[in-house]
Amino acid sequence: MRSFTYERAPDAAGAAKTAAEHPGARFLAGGTNLLDLMKLEIERPRHLIDVGRLPLAEIAETADGGLRIGAVVTNTAAASDRRVRTRYPVLAQALLSGASAQLRNKATVGGNLMQRTRCPYFYDAAKPCNKREPGAGCSALGGLNRGHAILGASEACVATNPSDMAVALSALEAQVETVTATGATRSLALDEVHRLPGETPHVETNLEIGELVTAIVLPPPPEGRQEYRKVRDRASYAGGLFSLALAGERMAMGAVALKPWRASKAEAARAAGASPAEAAEAELAEARGLGRNDFKITLARRVMAAALEGTPLR
Amino acid sequence: MLDTAARDVTRGTFEITVNDEERRVNVDLRTTLLDLLREHLGLMGTKKGCDHGQCGACTVLVDGVRINSCLSLAVMHEGQAVTTIEGVGLPGNLHPLQTAFLDRDAFQCGYCTPGQICSALGMLEEVRRGEPSQATEDLAAAIVSLTDEEIRERMSGNICRCSAYPQILEAIRDIAGAAA
Repeated sequence: MRSFTYERAPDAAGAAKTAAEHPGARFLAGGTNLLDLMKLEIERPRHLIDVGRLPLAEIAETADGGLRIGAVVTNTAAASDRRVRTRYPVLAQALLSGASAQLRNKATVGGNLMQRTRCPYFYDAAKPCNKREPGAGCSALGGLNRGHAILGASEACVATNPSDMAVALSALEAQVETVTATGATRSLALDEVHRLPGETPHVETNLEIGELVTAIVLPPPPEGRQEYRKVRDRASYAGGLFSLALAGERMAMGAVALKPWRASKAEAARAAGASPAEAAEAELAEARGLGRNDFKITLARRVMAAALEGTPLR
Repeated sequence: MLDTAARDVTRGTFEITVNDEERRVNVDLRTTLLDLLREHLGLMGTKKGCDHGQCGACTVLVDGVRINSCLSLAVMHEGQAVTTIEGVGLPGNLHPLQTAFLDRDAFQCGYCTPGQICSALGMLEEVRRGEPSQATEDLAAAIVSLTDEEIRERMSGNICRCSAYPQILEAIRDIAGAAA
């Protein structure tokens, strides 16, 4: 791990300002993803701004009947909150399907949004990767790409976003509140936070330099059924091969792209009277396999159709 | 209190409570909580397995909550209370869960055992607080019933390469039954 300087942020706006002033600064909250990458020297921050003790650990009701979840609320605290469990079960299920209990106890919801891909070539500093070194090339394109993207990928990057939580948030149409380096606050739709790779896979979000996530805001819960379905190689403590969040008439897919994939084509097809299988077909029509991950397209179609039918998981 | 104004500083002096004893430490800020415990405080009970949060051998309790001590900087825990396996129980004065691990033969090599025990103690508190898991049938229920499936799911962050899982499950079930 490279040497760094460290400070505890006095407040959120101060943290954002400091981060913008220090090239190579990173926010540190739970640290479960950042410290892992720092040990591998894939992340090499020169300055750490610890935001873990900022007063952003509350979950509060909003005026319109939703919830505001502070950015440093832990994954465990969010999933255990009675209001989340009863009104937003898809979010509780998504959180509980991710990582291990020890990691969820430490990792924050803000950090969950900002975590980086688990692409093995991103993690292997001996292999070219356009995320780590723009222009170096993508090793996954012709490599072991069983877990990689089937939607929205580019020649430059075929990685996926590893978050389960963000998939549920996409289906719930959550907003993400931030503070920028000038002290201004803004709110982005969850679907606007992450970027598809295009030619610049190293630019992963639409946040500005220094911009700090302060809260996730859930609108009032949608009418209808909520469910998170995750398919993976082992039953616990594993990333998804495919996941689907269902929240009333809205849906989002995980492990298919570099961002949570809102299934708006399937939603529109359903609204127009399409069957579950037809809706899934509409969403996956543009999906492209890389060879080793072709099965994901069939898997996605089947899981989405089964979820829409309400077929029990086991 | 850590001096946060001096930005050219890569070492820090701070206080941290370990097994009920208040310690004042001065370390390179890169020092993980795990390395602080083992290399600076001489508490070798907590083990380093993967050092990447994947195996659970380094699990300790911080303010009663189980975490991977390898994925945390020591300085992040200034002012907090850490409990390691040495603080759970020592020879001659074992914790009931340690006794249950012996009775059930819940290990072979023993390398993962301190992490397993600290993790299980944290897990039982999570259940007492009514925190759900992926195995919880009714997410809205206030009380979690600690079935075998719940124990397996909740302990999935602790790997045992000797594969003593059935005996670990029995040991945890023994003490969970006794506590209920």
